[in-house]
Amino acid sequence: MVQPVSFKLNGKPVRVTVDDERMLLWVLRFDLGLTGTKFGCGEGICGACTVIVDDKAVRSCSTRVKDVAGKRVLTIEGLEQDGKLHALQRAFLERHAFQCGYCTPGMILAAYALMLANPHPTREQVVKALDDNLCRCGSHTRVLEAVEVAAAATRGRVR
Amino acid sequence: MNGDGHLSRREFLALAGASGLFVLFDLERLLAQEPARLPGRPGYPADFNAYLRIAENGRTTCFVGKVELGQGSMTSLAQLLAEELDVPLDSVEMVMGDTDLCPWDMGTFGSLSIRQFGPVLRAAAAEARAVLLQLGAEHLQIPPDRLQAKDGVISKVGDPAVCVTYGQLVQGKRIERHIEKIPVKTPREFTVVGRPAARKDALDKVTGRARYAGDIALPGTLHARIVRPPVHGATLKDVDSSAVANVPGATVIRDGDLIAVLHERPDLADRALALVKARFDRPAQELDEASIFDHLVKNAPPAQMLGANGNLEEGEKSAAAVFDHTYLNSYVAHAPMETHSALARIENGKATVWASTQTPFGIKTQVAQALGFPPEKVRINTPYVGGGFGGKSASRQAIEAARLAKITGKPVQVVWDRAEEFFYDTFRPAAVVKIRSGLTSAGKIAFWDFKVICAGEREAIPFYDIPNQRTASAGGWQGDQPPGLHPFAVGPWRAPSVNTSTFARESQIDIMAARAKADPLEFRLNHLSDPRMVRVLKAAAEAFGWTPKAAPSGRGFGVACATYIGTYVATLAEVTVDRATGRVRVGRVACAQDMGLVVNPDGSRQQTEGAITMGLGYALTEEVRFRGGEVLTRNFDNYEIPRFSWLPAIKTVLIDNPETPASGCGEPPIVCMGAVIANALHDATGVRLFQLPMTPDRLKSALAG
Ligand code: FES
Ligand code: FES
Repeated sequence: MVQPVSFKLNGKPVRVTVDDERMLLWVLRFDLGLTGTKFGCGEGICGACTVIVDDKAVRSCSTRVKDVAGKRVLTIEGLEQDGKLHALQRAFLERHAFQCGYCTPGMILAAYALMLANPHPTREQVVKALDDNLCRCGSHTRVLEAVEVAAAATRGRVR
Repeated sequence: MNGDGHLSRREFLALAGASGLFVLFDLERLLAQEPARLPGRPGYPADFNAYLRIAENGRTTCFVGKVELGQGSMTSLAQLLAEELDVPLDSVEMVMGDTDLCPWDMGTFGSLSIRQFGPVLRAAAAEARAVLLQLGAEHLQIPPDRLQAKDGVISKVGDPAVCVTYGQLVQGKRIERHIEKIPVKTPREFTVVGRPAARKDALDKVTGRARYAGDIALPGTLHARIVRPPVHGATLKDVDSSAVANVPGATVIRDGDLIAVLHERPDLADRALALVKARFDRPAQELDEASIFDHLVKNAPPAQMLGANGNLEEGEKSAAAVFDHTYLNSYVAHAPMETHSALARIENGKATVWASTQTPFGIKTQVAQALGFPPEKVRINTPYVGGGFGGKSASRQAIEAARLAKITGKPVQVVWDRAEEFFYDTFRPAAVVKIRSGLTSAGKIAFWDFKVICAGEREAIPFYDIPNQRTASAGGWQGDQPPGLHPFAVGPWRAPSVNTSTFARESQIDIMAARAKADPLEFRLNHLSDPRMVRVLKAAAEAFGWTPKAAPSGRGFGVACATYIGTYVATLAEVTVDRATGRVRVGRVACAQDMGLVVNPDGSRQQTEGAITMGLGYALTEEVRFRGGEVLTRNFDNYEIPRFSWLPAIKTVLIDNPETPASGCGEPPIVCMGAVIANALHDATGVRLFQLPMTPDRLKSALAG
């Protein structure tokens, strides 16, 4: 049904009037112009479309926009604060934890959700949390390093 | 508009403000042409102004026809320019893959960016620097031999306050002066090349600001979803798109072989597409992933002899043991995370297309042909590309978007979904390698008779010392001979030919080493005289901590080595095998490479890690399943690519060899992965697999004997 849906997006309230059965990914990308969230598989398999909803990583390609009504949605564009990169972004940047970069927003946000729940994850916990985020370029080694670096840098203050 | 949402052809014409004829063309035929074989190829321009422009503020813009696929050429090419021009690396801005602004380029593939284009760019920058020194000398009234250039500033030796900047000299203009035969720097003079450099694409990529073709937005853009045949070779019988009217705002366009549903939102276009009822005649379905190998052997074109020496018969006579084996590998998909995407706009008779492609200049020609435009009326822009691996050498989506933009008169975006990506992918060809070889009683290779079928000839001739040998190849990785040999398109996949031939050769070598009861590393070294290969093998062995033992030792250690277009690579690995599930886990990998000059060491390590990780897939799980022209693997749920939990500990060794021209490392480290795992698996279990991928099922049945 086409109707207004309100939620918090990257800290600011938004209201979109759309068919509320549509998937959040497309509303973010084409109604709200936030193209950092990527399409990879469309079926919840690859994690390229990962965003944070109420502190949990979700797959926006498989999340109806009506299901985020009243919730807090964070995309890669909202992770910087006051023009400062988040520790995860800094670590990904410094460690070159990407190649083509297409999986990167999803990777960073999946790691962010993990760190919100568990600020000092072990390597096994990181592997487990990111295992369904696919990267074809094989940036995995660097991603694991970057998450470790970021976890150490945040010293528990993930947000 | 018709009641069913169709625009009539006349309405399209009116919409587009066009008149005259649509030129219909055979899209399949056009796309089947490898860019390398399109006629009338120009070369790289000689004028250095084509590659660089220095602004008054001192910033240098570097124009290259290469594209950034993730391999880091945005950074490594900037390093080459900064080095030879003597400007700070962070003052270089890269403009890549824009056919209006950048000099012609064949395409970004085959590890050519550094190896082939690198020298061109270096020479251009070196000449520009020499001209700038001359201009500086005239400006400062000081002879050039008393001047130095550094960080974009020309100053008097011993009196740096007497100076002029490049920016002041040039002021953003073309430099209308040329000096011939300026030498590039020697590696000893390097201050930028050969050192780690911060990737220029990093900030864009960690903030989500990096734009890929699917992220470019223009006002009024329509998103197209295209009616696809269910099977390659199917023909459309009829189509009923009346139900599309149920999706407000959706329209249907039909132009010859192209039927598309358009909407201002891609997901709503998709919803409308699901309402189109198209019926197709399906061709008979015979081949599948099991029967394909016999088919290829029977139908491949005649073999070409690539090389021979000695006498095979004599060799066979001298052999105490003969080994006759056939190696198979399946079709493998490129599966970049970004699917083929394009946005096309036609304005004032000029088409502009933003495309995810490895061949912007190649598709410029194709789009011009498709639209009936002269080439100068087509501009291809290549934003960041979300992975290519050879699969974006073909860019059909750009033509689709351009045709639809011409018809509608609006910007049109085409972004393939994952099933389309699998359907139209130009797979790495399924292939067969037959090797017959022999061993003398002294444990030396007596003869080698190698035939590769349908993978191509690249690097097929062995680098081992073998007195009697013959190498033949039937059919290339392009798969175009004879037409219809493969049930779908095949093409270049990261290191074409060489994953296949290396798997076969290095497995066969190990089989002989095992028979000779020799350590497989020593067996190799005993048959090698090329010092570069010896060096990488020893370096990899040292990094790995190899101790000699004949296989199967139970340790799960494997070794393999290869050459790829000038680069030497040796890879060692340790695996563990779960006999109950048939799952193989690669615990660690050590890889040594000699790629000549290393432009960006950290970038090279990163490429190596990526290739090793990616290579786990074709070795262990990746296999396109199909029935006739129907591709059954359509998403990552049944086409499994490597993930975090598979990750081995990776050690990378880069041999320091700066005096040898750079040969690149985007591809070489992937080529050993099939063989090294097969060999390690044999070392662990005593069982050998002759087919890639080495899936749990194949391993379990081999273990069951
Ligand atoms: S696009 Fe959503 S999980 Fe792949
Ligand atoms: S960096 Fe290319 S898919 Fe991960």
